[in-house]
Amino acid sequence: MQIKENNVSETLMADVAEEVDARTEPIVNDLTIHVATVNGSGSQSSNNVLMRSIFQMGVPVSGKNMFPSNIAGLPTWFTIRANKHGWIGRKKEVDLMVCMNAQTAREDVEALQPGALCIYDAPLNCKTMRNDVHFFEVPFAKLAADLSEDSKLRKLLTNMVYVGIVAELIGIERDEILAAITKQFKGKQKAVAANVAAIDKGLEWAKANLPRQNKWRVERMNATQGKIIVDGNAAAAIGAMFGGVTVVTWYPITPSSSLCESLIEYMKQHRIDENGKATFAIVQAEDELAAVGMVLGAGWAGARSMTSTAGPGISLMAEFVGLGYFAELPGVIWDIQRVGPSTGLPTRTAQGDINQVAFLSHGDTQHITLIPNSVGECYEFAQQALDLAEEFQTPIFVLSDLDLGMNNWMSDPFEYPTKPIRRGKVLTAEQLTELEGKWGRYADVDGDGIPWRTLPGTDHPFASYFTRGSGHDAMARYSERPADYKATVDRLQKKYETAKLFVPRPVVDTRDGAKIGFIAFGTTHWSLEEARDQLRREKGVETSYFRLRALPFTDELKEFVATHDRVYVVEQNRDGQMADLIRLEVGEDQRKLRKILHYTGLPPDARTITDAVLQMESTIGLAEPLLLVRALPTLGGTAPAVIPTIVPQTGSREVRAAED
Amino acid sequence: MAESTLKIGSGEAIKENKLGLKATDYGGGKSTLCAACGHDAVSNQIIRAFFEMSVKAEKVAKFSGIGCSSKTPAYFLSRSHGFNAVHGRMPAVATGAILANHTLIGIGVSGDGDTASIGLGQFMHLVRRNLPMIYIIENNGVYGLTKGQFSATADEGSKLKTGVINDLPPMDLCALAVELGCGFVARGFAGDPKQMVNILKAAIAHNGLSVIDVISPCVTFNNHEGSTKGYTYSKEHDELLHQIGFVPEYEPIEIDYEPGTARVVEMHDGSKIVLKKLEEDYDPADQVMALQRLHRATANGQMLTGIVHLRPEKKNFMEMLNVVDEPLNTLPLEKTRPPKEALEKIMRDLM
Ligand SMILES: Cc1ncc(C[n+]2csc(CCOP(=O)(O)OP(=O)(O)O)c2C)c(N)n1
Ligand code: SF4
Ligand SMILES: [Mg+2]
Repeated sequence: MQIKENNVSETLMADVAEEVDARTEPIVNDLTIHVATVNGSGSQSSNNVLMRSIFQMGVPVSGKNMFPSNIAGLPTWFTIRANKHGWIGRKKEVDLMVCMNAQTAREDVEALQPGALCIYDAPLNCKTMRNDVHFFEVPFAKLAADLSEDSKLRKLLTNMVYVGIVAELIGIERDEILAAITKQFKGKQKAVAANVAAIDKGLEWAKANLPRQNKWRVERMNATQGKIIVDGNAAAAIGAMFGGVTVVTWYPITPSSSLCESLIEYMKQHRIDENGKATFAIVQAEDELAAVGMVLGAGWAGARSMTSTAGPGISLMAEFVGLGYFAELPGVIWDIQRVGPSTGLPTRTAQGDINQVAFLSHGDTQHITLIPNSVGECYEFAQQALDLAEEFQTPIFVLSDLDLGMNNWMSDPFEYPTKPIRRGKVLTAEQLTELEGKWGRYADVDGDGIPWRTLPGTDHPFASYFTRGSGHDAMARYSERPADYKATVDRLQKKYETAKLFVPRPVVDTRDGAKIGFIAFGTTHWSLEEARDQLRREKGVETSYFRLRALPFTDELKEFVATHDRVYVVEQNRDGQMADLIRLEVGEDQRKLRKILHYTGLPPDARTITDAVLQMESTIGLAEPLLLVRALPTLGGTAPAVIPTIVPQTGSREVRAAED
Repeated sequence: MAESTLKIGSGEAIKENKLGLKATDYGGGKSTLCAACGHDAVSNQIIRAFFEMSVKAEKVAKFSGIGCSSKTPAYFLSRSHGFNAVHGRMPAVATGAILANHTLIGIGVSGDGDTASIGLGQFMHLVRRNLPMIYIIENNGVYGLTKGQFSATADEGSKLKTGVINDLPPMDLCALAVELGCGFVARGFAGDPKQMVNILKAAIAHNGLSVIDVISPCVTFNNHEGSTKGYTYSKEHDELLHQIGFVPEYEPIEIDYEPGTARVVEMHDGSKIVLKKLEEDYDPADQVMALQRLHRATANGQMLTGIVHLRPEKKNFMEMLNVVDEPLNTLPLEKTRPPKEALEKIMRDLM
């Protein structure tokens, strides 16, 4: 799609304008609002209020913050998608734009689809930029002028004025905005009053001065009753707290910091005992090496421990995680994935740490990894990961990403855990007495590859053992004997096999007669489900879907690939990291696999996936074996544009989505 | 050289401690280090100190990094759990373990390479946190295990066996620990077992981090002529800060020195450390004095030994974190999983 070449004639413009005004059938509860502001200008609260008031009107909604690696001054965008069908993944088309940032106004306007609505701050003079978009000029500075004496506060309130304007334009109810404001400002009277005044200013001015539009409307429905809105990091924190975590260590890094920061807040409220003492220890470590070392030390000594980080932190943890694997130390590591190195796109989303996490460290290491797709699963897996760590005595990874971790998601309320926590195979002093002190730290007495352990401090003369890497025999005695080493690593592999029975199983939706299967994981889920719907409605194509939730792969994977003709693995990285792991797993059937790769720093959208599938479906007759054709360099452009297109590649089994 | 230790009480060596255990009950596996390695001497001093202090070995957790020195926890206190971590990162592991169970008596053994190079960052943060444990650096000025490269504590001008001269200034880990506010900083010498045992006893009694830099010669790679960390050189340049005596809390011994000749520091557990002055009136609680004294000794080419800095009243990390009295690893589910109402409230707030 090449917007810039859209030479729209005057007549067409007239049509569009007329259509906006005269349309009798508005599009109800299906629109994307895109707000462009300057980072640090405090637009976050306004955007939250906007999103929450739509949610309170009963309309399914999601909010995604696209922000720069910067504290103040660089452009930032917030996208709200309201959709009556519950499609809350990213949509690339913007229906209503709010332009508040001079730096990006031109590209923001150029990226709009013809017929879109655009509210803009008067000095930006956006109306001269295009003539096929419906513009609403607003003199924000003038409207905000008498809202506050304080220039800083006035800037913040200006953002609330656009909430009022948008509300009036698309029909968001004032009462719901008021409720959202009260929530946002936690009922603080002064703040609530000032913000309500700003909203009213916007509402009233829009009513008196702006033309009506009847193209997109928000109307009350009943699809959000009883639901919560939360980000994945907070959900993970809540899960960890109810999962009985006791030792938490971390080193700040976007997009993971808010996980431990939320946890600190929740623990302060709910995990201080009757004597005012903490039933936990949270430590901000000096770096990620220390953070993971503390986690493993705590796990060794019998605490339920966890840390949270992003890709660069995982890289630093590599050595320790290897020790954790070979010395069999429990601990949970959350990786909230983001793009590449620290001087890359640290505030953009990706699923690029799969290889790194699956095999992190030296020697033959492989790690149990859980992959949540929703805030509900962040909550659930946070608990399960703590159980698995202690049961399997090994580092457990949880792979989330920026989109899930830092953005707001609707969800059913979380359910209180019904089962007790599982602490794994720990021998007590009494049990040691029964065993007459005869036990081996690394002996596989149960045949599942998981040995028994004792904790330091156990009051028994035979409790102790010496922990070191892989150089030990079954009794934990120092050994460099070839047979001992081999036995150790073979048993570790058996343990990994056992894990297949305990990790979250995939969610498989197999449709009768479907020839096409999808495999996806994590946040890709949301757009993929919508893409399947598009294929069904628009092309009459039924597809099956296998949502992967953990490593190691479980047996269902091979079966799924075997029972479909073509299997599209959709993921958010350049190389198809998960697809390649699947290729190793499925053997012969790997010829059925095709990759759909979206790696722009933004979450994928349904249309891109649908288009990619259709494109590759036209090449069914490709010669075997699998050919992976590298994509052309993506079309230029440095700005975070919102319109993805597909770089066409004929004869490829791999499509890479690009954004121009 | 003056006597480094004070004679307190009968001075007779005990055969059995208060737990009815013998010194051999505090032993460990057979050492695989070179014969006469300083590190083995330190292991023996650790065994003696823990035995004489009647510490229950089951309550001890041993930690180390990587190096010849870091192997030694396998050679003492075999009734204690031990953890041979990764190079330079023992502080993190020990921190985690003690967070999990603060009733453990932690003892870490590191080397000068392990602490002053790869592990410098973690060491410094361990000191800042004042984690309650004993941290021993067996300092030989070289990397023993990787066969004799210079470490960051090697003295300027000291010579490797191969003839290579060290051009870089040494790092003084005692001065660094004092600088960072450590509440117990001492230097010992593997060749002066009595002094080391007293330092270790005092460290066991200390309720915070104790940093003990012990000059522990590497007979294989750094004990030759031209080395400044060998036995002979160290003996000749050992400058005693004071004579040390340790009086356990249960020993009703009168301490009567002429006024002004000794300082008595009462420890957290009621035991007493007696420091008999040998020179000027040295106040071990004075951070600035400690730094001055350390730097002066270095400038004079001397190796200062003794308890350089002592502040037993400092708050330790577990106190700062305000954790419950029971070890976190033993808390029952009722204590670690908030009630259903708590989740319901959180959910309501998110609606
Ligand atoms: C990450 C890493 N890098 C390097 C090594 C190799 N290495 C093992 S021991 C050691 C130096 C140990 O020196 P020191 O701590 O002084 O102990 P010593 O052997 O002298 O007692 C080195 C560099 C390692 N084990 N790990
Ligand atoms: S090489 Fe040096 S430090 Fe290592 S065991 Fe031998 S003497 Fe000790
Ligand atoms: Mg050394």
